[in-house]
Amino acid sequence: MRREFALPDVGEGLTEAEIVTWNVAPGDQVQVNQILCEIETAKAAVELPSPWAGTVGELLVQPGQTVAVGSPIIVIETAEAEPAAAPAPPPAPAAAEERGPKIGEAGQDGRIATLVGYGPRPGSVTRRPRKRPAAPPPPAPEPRPAPAAAPATDGRATVPLAKPPVRKLAKDLGVDLRTVTPSGPDGVITRADVEAAAGAGSAAPAVSSGGERRVPIRGVRRATAAAVTQSAFTAPHVTEFLSVDVTATMQLRDRLRADRAYRDVKLTPLAFVAKAVCLAVERTPELNARWDEDAGEIVYHDHVQLGIAAATPRGLIVPKIRDADTLSLRELAIVLAELTETARAGKTPPSDLVGGTFTITNVGVFGVDTGTPILNPGEAGILAVGAIKPMPWVVDGELAVRTVCQLALSFDHRLVDGEQGSRFLADVGALLSDPGLALTW
Amino acid sequence: MSDPQDWTPATADPGLRRPSREQVVAGLKATVEGGPDLVQLLTPEGERVADPRFDAWAADVDVDALQGLYRDMVLVRRFDREANALQRQGQLGIWVPLLGQEAAQIGAGRAMKPQDMAFPSYREHGVAWCRGIDPTELLGIFRGTDHGSWDPIARRFHLYTIVIGNQCLNATGYAMGQKFESKVGDGPDAEATICFFGDGATSQGDVHEGFVWAAVYDAPVVFYCQNNQWAISEPLERQTRVPLYRRAQGYGFPGIRVDGNDVLACLAVTRWALEECRTGNGPVLIEAFTYRMDAHTTSDDPTRYRLADELELWKLKDPIERVRVNLVREHGVGQEFFDGVAAEADELAARFRQFCIDMPTPGPERMFSEVYAEASPPLEAQEEAYLAYLAGFAAE
Repeated sequence: MRREFALPDVGEGLTEAEIVTWNVAPGDQVQVNQILCEIETAKAAVELPSPWAGTVGELLVQPGQTVAVGSPIIVIETAEAEPAAAPAPPPAPAAAEERGPKIGEAGQDGRIATLVGYGPRPGSVTRRPRKRPAAPPPPAPEPRPAPAAAPATDGRATVPLAKPPVRKLAKDLGVDLRTVTPSGPDGVITRADVEAAAGAGSAAPAVSSGGERRVPIRGVRRATAAAVTQSAFTAPHVTEFLSVDVTATMQLRDRLRADRAYRDVKLTPLAFVAKAVCLAVERTPELNARWDEDAGEIVYHDHVQLGIAAATPRGLIVPKIRDADTLSLRELAIVLAELTETARAGKTPPSDLVGGTFTITNVGVFGVDTGTPILNPGEAGILAVGAIKPMPWVVDGELAVRTVCQLALSFDHRLVDGEQGSRFLADVGALLSDPGLALTW
Repeated sequence: MSDPQDWTPATADPGLRRPSREQVVAGLKATVEGGPDLVQLLTPEGERVADPRFDAWAADVDVDALQGLYRDMVLVRRFDREANALQRQGQLGIWVPLLGQEAAQIGAGRAMKPQDMAFPSYREHGVAWCRGIDPTELLGIFRGTDHGSWDPIARRFHLYTIVIGNQCLNATGYAMGQKFESKVGDGPDAEATICFFGDGATSQGDVHEGFVWAAVYDAPVVFYCQNNQWAISEPLERQTRVPLYRRAQGYGFPGIRVDGNDVLACLAVTRWALEECRTGNGPVLIEAFTYRMDAHTTSDDPTRYRLADELELWKLKDPIERVRVNLVREHGVGQEFFDGVAAEADELAARFRQFCIDMPTPGPERMFSEVYAEASPPLEAQEEAYLAYLAGFAAE
């Protein structure tokens, strides 16, 4: 018999939990009370034991997913036969059966009963309706709601009747519910009504809401906001600036482009900056470190997990180049191109977005000279690369036109002092103004 | 003016310096061994050690009786674990585990005579077992369908008290009644009361008041404090600066610390204390020095506030294992006995589980039926109005 185990409330009034790990896989035989999985709630991390013996049919929730109390999380095939048309007489008195399904079992409406499911589930209304009086109602002091046929222009029906999801749909589609003719019972506006009204296009007057547009905060926007806010208010930021003559680097780039080895490689200035950062980190490891408040320790990373801030249609994301310090300039250029392409296509896997140790943000692509970047949470440094453009520059006491770029480095002052931050920035600048220096390090 | 030192009791060794604050706190850590005053008859290694004061109180415990205590503890632990699992499966709203405190509860529970009265907190599943309350009767409270399924007068075991320490007042009052009604004396029918609470409850005003009243009325009550070292997340050092058993001295009655993981010592000391009370020498405070091996309740996560080394240390003092070792080494009990108890435990767990899953939800009348012993017109009116209200809803 196929049975679904619903997430119980393991801690008096919890509404949801995250599945941390599964200890079983489909096809496994399980015993009663064998541990199925570990979950993490707002109160505690606990293990869930199996309520039945049988074979694991299906895992309905992935690790890392947060689900509401009462949601089925696993299917277990037990040895019991499917209930026949006439269910076996339950051991409990019939009176209990009348009061609803047993805990953990699906009721007639398909919902699984939980013992203490305080959390309201979206779309479910648990309050039972009052009985309608059998006799005709006494004359009411207020008129009853407009019947189905009532026109929307009825002065009393100022509030159109629609369920919340339909109201949301109408809002999303820009449909004014007051203009929609209801087709549902009792004058309720249905989803189809709203879609029809939206399809009518200009027939519905555009809703003016006073010259502003409200966009729900969600997804990448919300994550970005949380990350920068947390970072800005936990890590004391210091930002230093440096203007660099990158003429030599640009000349090197031109020479390398002519090289056979770089024939199919998109060699951008960003690749040179990435290489310079990796080299400079070796001399100033403080910039490739992390402040661990909980442990009371500073964590130095052996390798550079280099984040590249990328503007994508979904918003700002920062994919990482793994062990960037082990890559050659050519390899860096190849990985950078792939990373950027994947990010723009919106296909960056979540695993590529975590575990960074240092970030480069290329504000120069927007034609901007410089900025004061905010650290990615958990990182000690972030380097903003400004626009690379010809500028007047003093060479040997005379003005000359050189290719110049501005660098801005923000660092976490808790673990990086001005000395280390300045040395690191000067190193990056020196490498970009004279790439040959790399030979000497 | 006298020197303040004159007001403090002389220590055994006048040369001893008073301990520093740090030393006092260190002595209250969960990792200490209980100190020289700890009464112990069975070591954690299962060795029977002599105790001139309390050997006589356990002299009648032969191999059969010891096997009985072993069986009690195994069965209680088994249904406790089953209830914990049932909570994780959504069948109970909450469970309060007793893991690690089996000896403290079985020792005290088996020391009681049928006529003695017990006032539990909410963790006394082992004592309930000794009072003949079937484990399934505990389930209603934790499933949220009932306030208590047994008759406290018939079973001589009060309903579970959730308010911390509150039962100390009830127990003291009950014991004062026993005294006023001349149920204390040398006869075989003499009665006593035993009140169960934890280390956290000792910080409650109710416990203090209970101690004061019991002391000045010589009430026949044994205050049985299971010091499991943690009041949810608060360690003992947040409750006291003296070992808890020594608090009794301040109230003017004897206090004694017993190894709460030693069922034999708990049995002997509680027998002695109850007999003291029955013969008019009460009250007595017993501190059963034990450890809460699991969470405070299923809603709690102890890994957030205590270190695993404590738990590992206390695993070595397991209350069941030391009896098992003693039965094998000193009495030659064979494996078939242990297998039999294990099988019985599994049967109990299966019955317990099935009962829980099939448990009917009582009707709304149940809320009113046990409030007063006799019918009360206002309550009947309330019940009638409430049932009429519920009947006003349409069927789902």
